[in-house]
Amino acid sequence: MLNNIYNILFIPEIFLACSSFVCLLFGLFLKKNAFRQTSNLAVFVLLLTILLVYYDSESNFANYKSLFSHSTFINFFKILALLGSIASIIISKDYFLGIKLKNFEIPVLFLFSTLGMMLMIASNNLMSMYLAIELQSLSLYVAAAIKRDSISSAESGVKYFILGALSSGILLYGFSLIYGFTGSMNFDDISFYLSKYDNLNLGLIFGLVFVMVGLAFKVSAVPFHMWTPDVYEGAPNSITGFFAIVPKIAAVALIYRFCLVPFENFYLEWSQIILFLSIASMFLGAVAAIAQSNIKRLLAYSSIGHIGYILIALVAANDDGIKAASIYMFSYMIMNVAIFAILLSLKVKNEYLINISDLKGLSKSNPIVSLSISIIMLSMAGIPPFIGFFGKFYVFIAAIERELYVLSVLGVLASVISAFYYLRIIKIMYFDESKSEGIINFQISFQSKIILSLSLFVIICFIFYPSLLINISASLTI
Amino acid sequence: MIDWPLVSVIIFLPLIGALIILFIKEDELTSINIKWSALLTTLGTFILSLILWLQFDYSNPSYQYEEKFRWFDDFNFFYHVGVDGISLFMILLSTFLTPLCILASWNNIKKRVKEYMLSFLFLETVMIGMFASIDILLFYIFFEAVLIPMYLIIGIWGGNRRIYASFKFFLYTLLGSVLMLIAIIVMYRNTSSMSIEFLQGNYFSYNTQLFLWLAFFASFAVKIPMWPFHTWLPDAHVEAPTAGSVILAGVLLKMGGYGFIRFSLGMLPEATEFFIPLIMTLSIVAIVYTSLVALAQTDIKKLIAYSSVAHMGIVTIGIFLVNQQGLEGAMMQMISHGLVSAALFLCVGVIYDRMHTREIEFYGGLVQRMPLYATVFMIFMLGSVGLPGTSGFIGEFLVIVGAFKFSSYVVIGAAFGIILSAVYMLYLYKRIIFGTITNNKLADILDINTREKIILIPLAISVILLGIFPNLFLDPMRLSLELIITNYEIANAK
Repeated sequence: MLNNIYNILFIPEIFLACSSFVCLLFGLFLKKNAFRQTSNLAVFVLLLTILLVYYDSESNFANYKSLFSHSTFINFFKILALLGSIASIIISKDYFLGIKLKNFEIPVLFLFSTLGMMLMIASNNLMSMYLAIELQSLSLYVAAAIKRDSISSAESGVKYFILGALSSGILLYGFSLIYGFTGSMNFDDISFYLSKYDNLNLGLIFGLVFVMVGLAFKVSAVPFHMWTPDVYEGAPNSITGFFAIVPKIAAVALIYRFCLVPFENFYLEWSQIILFLSIASMFLGAVAAIAQSNIKRLLAYSSIGHIGYILIALVAANDDGIKAASIYMFSYMIMNVAIFAILLSLKVKNEYLINISDLKGLSKSNPIVSLSISIIMLSMAGIPPFIGFFGKFYVFIAAIERELYVLSVLGVLASVISAFYYLRIIKIMYFDESKSEGIINFQISFQSKIILSLSLFVIICFIFYPSLLINISASLTI
Repeated sequence: MIDWPLVSVIIFLPLIGALIILFIKEDELTSINIKWSALLTTLGTFILSLILWLQFDYSNPSYQYEEKFRWFDDFNFFYHVGVDGISLFMILLSTFLTPLCILASWNNIKKRVKEYMLSFLFLETVMIGMFASIDILLFYIFFEAVLIPMYLIIGIWGGNRRIYASFKFFLYTLLGSVLMLIAIIVMYRNTSSMSIEFLQGNYFSYNTQLFLWLAFFASFAVKIPMWPFHTWLPDAHVEAPTAGSVILAGVLLKMGGYGFIRFSLGMLPEATEFFIPLIMTLSIVAIVYTSLVALAQTDIKKLIAYSSVAHMGIVTIGIFLVNQQGLEGAMMQMISHGLVSAALFLCVGVIYDRMHTREIEFYGGLVQRMPLYATVFMIFMLGSVGLPGTSGFIGEFLVIVGAFKFSSYVVIGAAFGIILSAVYMLYLYKRIIFGTITNNKLADILDINTREKIILIPLAISVILLGIFPNLFLDPMRLSLELIITNYEIANAK
């Protein structure tokens, strides 16, 4: 019995859930420095969880009556989400202290949201999937509105909440249709049931479309992306960083699993939806970002564009597609961690940097930072030899393996358009003459510096030893 | 032969130099150190690339100095470099022009010397790497990476409209090259190989070839550039700093011609046969049209830029004649244009440094004050016109000889272009150099100084050397070109 309890405790999700409560209590009873200490503890807890995920044996309990599933793909994305959330907690610590937002609840909220994401990634049942999404989203709604005295933060929280609740409703309605027509909530059972039929009946198609709409909202694919720029803009920068880095990983894993497990035999039905989402996201992301003057809105549109590319790999729906998605998601996470690590340390006249035009003259006052930003931007634009290029390259390999020639050509064209706004940032830093110098301050803590250097190292040096990541991602099964 | 990785050393030596420069702190005093490190690195690279030429085996048509090791575990992508007769002179051209560029910007680049030299060294690595790759993906990575330093060079150190020009350059060429990425992936999917050597065996069905050809055409036609895809070139040339224009005209344009020979001719022969009329038409339009446009220019740099498009028209005609004379002529024309147009831009740079204007009307009668300058300028001007005894003649002559086998209309077009080139170049020379000095500001203009002599005299010597001893250059490339032509004919005879 006792042995059994130990086993249960070492299941990563349960460990994370218990530790999150411990963190909450820990923060509650600390008198001084509650925020800093809780953050450190949260990072430690997440690190332990990574170890547990890595060494997780395929215990039957984890599946809990097949509510959850277990595969290399799931583990890879879980670790990616955990790494992303560790990185974003570390890089945002100084920012929160800087704007005097010292609620110790913030890291705890991040922990709960990460827990929700891990469950999302692993879920194998419509009900557990819905609950996991809600756990994740509820924490994020609160996080977006955490800066209570700021109107924009509250606005972004409310916007996120209302639209999120709407999409959850649509999602739930789709689930109910699927349940009604197949008689099961379990992915494997649905798949088994559907394998007997050649066509989906009308009710199931409706169910599928509703679920797709809900999931598209979660990954912020066009035309369900409206919330993204507003929420990114309104939330405090560090929360935006978390939004950009982590939830996307979980949502992408979820949409992959939903399409490829229960509905794998109905490729034609869902792929046309994803195809449209993909093209629309790539182009809208590329075009809309051009006119932005706020760096957070720009990054919001940039992330919409990146989602478009990941969805190309989903349309490809083959082993190469899964490989491409994991490589792309990894590069996406690394690049966003790097850019937010810089953004959260740049101050213009004692305010954290928001306007892109404030970057003017950065190349003179701080050449290393501006070089780093340029490298990240070129990598995001998919220019070789940086990691972003290989993400896109593998996506196109997967697409061409499926003979999706038109989609690939549209994809590369969109990447040319998006190159424009990434180059614009380099242009502002290097080409524009600044009249006043030394307004921009770059102060970075030691820990964030390590995160930043590591991610830059990966961005630049991926090309020299790609096999490590590629062999891992080639071995993933959904 | 040589048992150490010579090609890799040549590729990465500039990058190592760049890393060293990265750690030199820049201020008033140390900027001279930065310049010297850059110069020595590029000179070292040039000397090493001369070894490449001296040790080159003329009787071997395929790649020499090959280095190959596996890079990606999951698909057949290798780090595979080597040199054959076609790429040898492209590499030499890059390594020869880069030290001259560094010397040319010795005094007139005053801001951000460190970043400038870093960009140039990175650019050199990428250019050499591109010409030396035997793996298509490696080629592509270098091909696109060229955009990064060139974008910065135009954008940071360029003229008034530099931002517009740099964006146009970057996006235009990126648009072309991303389509090539799709073509490369399609090729890989069909053959499971990325080796240029292997893919030259013609493995694609006719329809596939047509699509692949168009995708490659998109990137190379923009790069070389062919009419009507040339509009980025005048902007980029005019706004770029002198050394930027030199590299742009001297090496970057050759990437297009090199690509046509390697990929379109080598890998897609049947599609090439189908598209030859298109190429010929575009080339002749390019030659005549851009020559006329050049005639009307008031800016010296813009005039030379348009003349580049016309000269590249001769190159594309030569390449797509697909016979020995045509290809040899195209290669000679590329090398010659690399030297001559680079030298012409340097000559423009000389007077621009003194007077800070490139308007033709501003100048006149320079021969009175700058006799030496007038002489070297004349050598390059005649090289551009294609006077016998200069490098320009060999290329144009061979292309026209080859064109007679194809169609006399092409000959007429090309010859008409050559006459026009004499018209605009001589007219330019007359307006700038001859006559009496009418503009008082030119009264005490100084003749070229030692640094400028060091830059221009090697170029002048090589232009004449190329014109008198063309076999020095033709012999190493002959067999490699023959191999491509034989493969092409076998494929089309089927």
